[in-house]
Amino acid sequence: MSNLLAAATVAAEGANNPLLPHTSELVVGGIAFAIVLFFGLRFIPKIQKTLAERTEAIEGGLNKAEEAQKQAQAALASYQAQLAEARQEASRQREKAKEEGAVIAAQIKEEAQAEARRIVEQAHAQIEADRQQALASLRAEIGTLSVDLAGRVIGESLEDSARQSRVVDRFLEELEGRAGRQEQITS
Amino acid sequence: MSDILAAEGKEFHAPGMELFDWGPLFPGGPEWLTWLTKPVLIVALAVAVTAVFLVMAFRRPQLVPRGAQNVGEAAYVFVRDQMARPALGKDAERFMPFLFTTFLFILFMNYAGVIPVLQLPAPSHIAFAIVPAAVVYVMMLVLGIKHQGLGGYFKGVLFPPGLPKGIYVILTPIELISTFVLRPFTHAVRLFANMFAGHILLAFFATVGYWFLIEKLTPAGFGVGVLGFLMTIVMTGFELFIQSLQAFIFTVLTASYIAGSLHAEH
Repeated sequence: MSNLLAAATVAAEGANNPLLPHTSELVVGGIAFAIVLFFGLRFIPKIQKTLAERTEAIEGGLNKAEEAQKQAQAALASYQAQLAEARQEASRQREKAKEEGAVIAAQIKEEAQAEARRIVEQAHAQIEADRQQALASLRAEIGTLSVDLAGRVIGESLEDSARQSRVVDRFLEELEGRAGRQEQITS
Repeated sequence: MSDILAAEGKEFHAPGMELFDWGPLFPGGPEWLTWLTKPVLIVALAVAVTAVFLVMAFRRPQLVPRGAQNVGEAAYVFVRDQMARPALGKDAERFMPFLFTTFLFILFMNYAGVIPVLQLPAPSHIAFAIVPAAVVYVMMLVLGIKHQGLGGYFKGVLFPPGLPKGIYVILTPIELISTFVLRPFTHAVRLFANMFAGHILLAFFATVGYWFLIEKLTPAGFGVGVLGFLMTIVMTGFELFIQSLQAFIFTVLTASYIAGSLHAEH
């Protein structure tokens, strides 16, 4: 193994011309180059194929991603359009409902007012009627009572209705006059 | 081991041509094994490393790379984009198996120059530079004739169109010599000479360091020894760069020669 670590064991014989190739080394070099080329030509096409496939795969992936993005954008646009339409529709409905509500409210209010007025008027009329009735019956009764009383007091029969009525009216007028005076005094 | 360092005993001798004379690996071995020298062993190792690298990286390539495939791909893409494509363009892929293998093989043979124990770049023996250069030369001729026809190829190189008639008197002999005679020679010698000179340079500084620091340690020689030692380290880094660069240049030239054969130069 001495010729592994140091050269020049043949230095004494004189150095070879370094520009002249050794035949044995040409043969060895040729075989060596043939061997590496065998491996190279066998295995390098594989990586070339893989690199080409990778390029294709990446390109395909990019195209697919682009497609997907386009689809997503289209979907988004359509959803947004639908949403806007729905919002518009909703606001339209709301507006309509508000208007209708106002109309209904006004109607109800008017009806209620009319009803209230009617009830009040009815009540007034009823009261007036009752009063008139009460007044009439009171007047008749007072008249009868007064006549009975007066007849009994003065013993005079006042059968004649005309006279009777005249007497009563006079009496009542006196009464009203008295009441009027009294009111004037009290007030 | 110390033959070259103290062959004469007392005096310092700079290493010379004997650095490249390697006898049989087994001096007392049989006659049929005399071809097995250290440079041959280094070439065999370079073959093994190249083959193992190719097999490990590219045997079962995955679409999503892992481990060795990542390294292999990075190297492949580097060679393709930096060396093959500038010269060959869209033809680069077709010649990448050859170019990448050549690059790796030469690179590993060169790196043997700085790997401890090996420490000899195989192409510092010119035969190992001649072989790939010769293959490239033959490829260049065959591809040129195949793609442009026998007459077309030589006419395209020797008589490039669009020049004044008189120029051809000078140009044609120059093209003939430079393309068909000097080209393979320079292609091989550029690689060989760089590795050869680099090895001598490294051996020189290493010998200086060893001689002045260990063999003959003297106060006067100490500084020289330290300088030799430091320069050995610096030059080892420099050689690593040169070795990579030469593999790169060899491959770039190969690509450009092939490109010249595929299409007539305009």
